[in-house]
Amino acid sequence: MTTPETEPSLYAAREPVFPRRVKGTFRTLKWWIMGITLGIYYITPWLRWDRGPSLPDQAVLVDLANRRFFFFMIEIWPHEFYFVAGLLIMAGLGLFLFTSAAGRVWCGYACPQTVWTDLFILVERWIEGDRNARIRLHRQKWDAEKIRKRAIKWTVWFLIGLATGGAWIFYFTDAPTLLRDLVTGQAHPVAYITMLILTMTTFFFGGFAREQICIYACPWPRIQAAMMDEDTLTIAYREWRGEPRGKLGTEGAGDCIDCMACVNVCPMGIDIRNGQQLACITCGLCIDACNDMMDKIGRPRGLIGYMALTDEARERAGQPPKSVWSHVFRVRTMLYTVLWAGIGIGLVIALFMRSPIDMNVTPVRNPTYVTLSDGSIRNAYDIRLRNMGGSDAQFAIAVTSDAFVTLSLEGREGLTVTVPANETLSQRVYLTAAPGTRAAVEDRTDVRLWVEELGTTNRVSHDTIFNGKDQ
Amino acid sequence: MAKPLKKEPRQVETTGHAWDGIEEYNNPLPRWWVWVFYATIVWGIGYTIAYPAWPLIKEATPGLLGASTRADVAEEIARVDAANAAIKEGLIAADLNAIGADPELAAYAERAGAAVFRTNCAQCHGSGAAGVVGKGYPNLLDDDWLWGGTMEDIHLTITHGIRNTTDPDARYSEMPKFGVDGILDATQISQVVEHVLAISGQEHDAALAAEGATVFAENCAACHMEDGSGDRAQGAPRLNDAIWLYGGTREAITQTVTYSRFGVMPNWNTRLSEDEIRAAAFYVHGRGGGE
Repeated sequence: MTTPETEPSLYAAREPVFPRRVKGTFRTLKWWIMGITLGIYYITPWLRWDRGPSLPDQAVLVDLANRRFFFFMIEIWPHEFYFVAGLLIMAGLGLFLFTSAAGRVWCGYACPQTVWTDLFILVERWIEGDRNARIRLHRQKWDAEKIRKRAIKWTVWFLIGLATGGAWIFYFTDAPTLLRDLVTGQAHPVAYITMLILTMTTFFFGGFAREQICIYACPWPRIQAAMMDEDTLTIAYREWRGEPRGKLGTEGAGDCIDCMACVNVCPMGIDIRNGQQLACITCGLCIDACNDMMDKIGRPRGLIGYMALTDEARERAGQPPKSVWSHVFRVRTMLYTVLWAGIGIGLVIALFMRSPIDMNVTPVRNPTYVTLSDGSIRNAYDIRLRNMGGSDAQFAIAVTSDAFVTLSLEGREGLTVTVPANETLSQRVYLTAAPGTRAAVEDRTDVRLWVEELGTTNRVSHDTIFNGKDQ
Repeated sequence: MAKPLKKEPRQVETTGHAWDGIEEYNNPLPRWWVWVFYATIVWGIGYTIAYPAWPLIKEATPGLLGASTRADVAEEIARVDAANAAIKEGLIAADLNAIGADPELAAYAERAGAAVFRTNCAQCHGSGAAGVVGKGYPNLLDDDWLWGGTMEDIHLTITHGIRNTTDPDARYSEMPKFGVDGILDATQISQVVEHVLAISGQEHDAALAAEGATVFAENCAACHMEDGSGDRAQGAPRLNDAIWLYGGTREAITQTVTYSRFGVMPNWNTRLSEDEIRAAAFYVHGRGGGE
């Protein structure tokens, strides 16, 4: 802090944060969430899922080379990208829901920045000791002990980063093959570069940048304010109970004994007793720390706790707070839930209703029609057929229309085409109307092109237009 | 994190700006931010030394690393050419009619042909290969061919062109100017026009057409054949169908008989390589009219 007389410095150095170890409900919850989320992240690429000989057997795979996304029994093609868009919208609405109900729970419990930072702090504590030992080490000169501890810590951090970056690229290609190639130096340079970048960002974000990412870099906390209201649960200090602060046993003092436990455990380096603030990620560790202290001095728990703004006035007046459920279930959260579930149900329905054949018909409109020698009028259409099955398939093409038109295929005898497994085929087809017939002389005639997979009941149709000769 | 400032609000100087009593602190920038800012400046200077950057009178400074997007493009083109060399040789070696049977050759010829067509042929024949009906640029999509629609015919036409003066092997024929050169008088011309309207199934004057049949037999049938079915060997168009290169109205046919027509196509053997010509022929053959 500068004094008023001196010119303020152009630099503001980060004040290092040394979170103390804490035990309690929220810390236990965070350990569980960390274990589950990291487990999902690191293990998922190694899960196998049998899809037959022509397709990869990795359960979750983003196959960029073949433009396919595999998720267990679900296979998403590029033209079905709306599934991904839908999932992203659901993720967004889910965040809105959780934020409006319980504030920055995403930030405090599930955000990768929080989870990895937590893991890095855990490593730091194992190697350098708890808060006081770390502060000592921080102030210590660069002697053998400091160098040794720092070197071990950074090595472990780097290895975690390497595993993180490595796990990421496993999602994009067959994991066992890639691991072998990575180790033997045969993997594609892009794999190494991606891995290196993610290793270094993990190392830097989790080890050094930490809370600064949340405070300076992340846009989400700025947006969140729009989703929170006076009913949103957030972490607050009950200053009407705690103030005035004083050492245990001081006459007229409140429950807060100014032990600084809540400040010492905070990974963001803030004092929750200053009220709601920009840097608070609502991780709940100060609650655990304070409850622990209240138990020790024999005062009721909850000096710091989850609370909505509307409860403050009630509690000051000595009334009990509204129940948690009445804060969570309100119009706003219901609306988010309905939207979220609606999109989810829509996606599931779309998933089960999608056709096994994908046909796309592009009428050729350059030119709109061709006059043949005998005066017949011919239109051309490009049909794109995707064979989404696992084996080669034969498709029969047909046409239905009120007016009489005949169908033929460019470069083929007959009306069937074979599409190899997992490939798309573009076939030009012609519809011809004899001279003077209705389709030949009318400006537009509705036609429907059909594609049927031979030997199955799969068939799809596409409505399009036949252009006659303008008179 | 920096300590909150609100407890001693006057300790940081303000910018002097005030809106509705709200003053703006002149807080220091984070140190890392300032260093990143300086690092970008250093990087920027280094970049202009390493890469082409400073404009001089004729060109820019070349940069120490010798980077050149122009050279990159040339390299990329050379790389693609090298990668396609084998399939181009295959295309040249293949029998013209066997290209379609080889899926790999066919896929290449279709795409390469489309590129050649759009670059070289679309100016006259249109990007959709539909020509310009009535203006003498043939529609390549229909089933009517002046000089033949087999792969060999199309390949020959593209290679040597039609009625040009640059290739002695160009396809050549010339229709007499029946009106201008006084071979037929106005009455005979109107008679023969009615006959042509008749054999192409259009409205016509039956009496004149009957007279015109004789005129046609004496003057036109040598090339266009007795029944008007044309002769591809000399590029004489078929007249008894619905397709007209210069228009099928009474006026247009009269014009053609009086002044004749002389459509020209350049020979492409001096501008395109054999594999490009073959690809273009395959592409044109596959537009719906190939024989």
